Amino acid sequence: MAVTPWSSPLTERLSDRFTYVAGEFSTYAGQRFFTATSAILPALLEYLKTDESFDFLVDLTAVDYPQRAQRFELVYILYSYRLNERLRIKSNVAETEKPPTVTGVFAGANWLEREAFDMFGIEFAGHPDMRRILLPDEWQGHPLRKDYGITQMDNDWVRENLGIDSGQ
Amino acid sequence: MATTFLDSSELVLNMGPQHPSTHGVLRVILKLDGEKVIGAECVIGYLHRGVEKIGENRTYQLFAPYVDRMDYVSAVSNGLGYCLAVEKLIGAEAPPRAQAARVILTELNRVASHLLWLGTHALDIGAITPLFYTMREREEVLKIFENYCGARLTTHAFRIGGLQYELYDEFEEQVKTFCDEFAGKIDEYEELLTGNRIWVDRLTGVGILNAEDCKQYGVTGPVLRASGVVWDVRKAQPYSGYDRYDFDVPTRRNGDTFDRYFVRMAEMRQSVRIILQAIQQIPDGPIMARIPKVLKPPPGEVYVSIEAPKGELGYFIVSDGSLRPYRVRVRPPSFVNLQALNKMVKGALIADVVAIIGTIDIVLGEVDR
Repeated sequence: MAVTPWSSPLTERLSDRFTYVAGEFSTYAGQRFFTATSAILPALLEYLKTDESFDFLVDLTAVDYPQRAQRFELVYILYSYRLNERLRIKSNVAETEKPPTVTGVFAGANWLEREAFDMFGIEFAGHPDMRRILLPDEWQGHPLRKDYGITQMDNDWVRENLGIDSGQ
Repeated sequence: MATTFLDSSELVLNMGPQHPSTHGVLRVILKLDGEKVIGAECVIGYLHRGVEKIGENRTYQLFAPYVDRMDYVSAVSNGLGYCLAVEKLIGAEAPPRAQAARVILTELNRVASHLLWLGTHALDIGAITPLFYTMREREEVLKIFENYCGARLTTHAFRIGGLQYELYDEFEEQVKTFCDEFAGKIDEYEELLTGNRIWVDRLTGVGILNAEDCKQYGVTGPVLRASGVVWDVRKAQPYSGYDRYDFDVPTRRNGDTFDRYFVRMAEMRQSVRIILQAIQQIPDGPIMARIPKVLKPPPGEVYVSIEAPKGELGYFIVSDGSLRPYRVRVRPPSFVNLQALNKMVKGALIADVVAIIGTIDIVLGEVDR
């Protein structure tokens, strides 16, 4: 298996419309994906949703690559009920960058973006409620970053709130 | 003077996290105007164990038992999704015999999960009797799991590439007996509930979520199908040989609590139908594909999803070519579905909140992971 280029009427329409679609369109193991700059994400998803019938945001998550200049890779998985097809959009963002929210396009992105913020510390610009979702609000650190150890935790928080020195 | 008692300001009420009808540790902050709910905010994470982080620190095989602990009432489904995702990553496929066994066990698990939902949901609303019946039937399913792999709840029934254990001798007979008897049992539940006027009045028109909202929030599973969308991963993108079996996707139109109840009841019948077909034609042959003991998938990433009892359960796995996944993302149906709660309870009465939480069918182990 290897990453192979993918071209179709959809990819042509996308390249015509969005000049900032950076990466090439590819498939891997029969699954389609492409890379886009984070600034165009809301417009891109809106277009895919209304004009190309990719009307279901299956998942929104991130992957941490600390050695890259833009360390986070956002992953958006879309599905089209009409075409019965999935599509994955990836977008690289730096640690200091604030990618725009897509909650205006898919209401369901709300909690998923909050989870990405909680786990990776990616702040989404324009999100209506940018708080942690799974961890306590006062928790320090973002556990799914690669530099966060498996046994690491916020000892001060644990001591203060649970009254024990360490859970480990 | 009497008017001073009629203060109509907003009341904030905490429900949970230790409330029996929240099915675990869910805290809902309700904003009330008298009996009426203006808004609800979910506070989750009480059961967060960092499953995705654990996944990055275990080998592919060693992570498999952990996924059972997410949606712990349908552990078999969780395991199936994970095994399929890793198999896709290494380009392997389970042999036909293993696939048939997987379908049978997964569908049995769907029945068990729906039974637990039915019993507790009815109990929440005030119908106590069904709980005893559903637990009785669920016990039979758990016995089959126990006979097969020794565990009842967190089964770890499947392995990457197929099955660890051959089916035991009386497996087919036991499953068949269960299915034959269970069809009549569903009729009994329906007699108690579907034809019960109190039950119908209590559920009809409560917590409506229409198809448009479902798509907006990414809601899947029985909740989506109750709103009229005919969509099931088993039909849309079949896996494990589901395309070989003949079954329907039950749907309803109104998207209220009664429709969701109705869809799940019909789904149990369809599951029995699938099991009975599968049990008649379990192919002979190996139960494990030829995969290396030391598993190092080539670098790449895949997203694989299945139709779990709660909705679309997906795994997004990134491999960097090493022994451990670089990233395991679980797309939990409960988490995504729960987000629609706020929409569903708006304008409802406070007593309906209990019914609506029950009808989404969440498991907090999966919401919080």
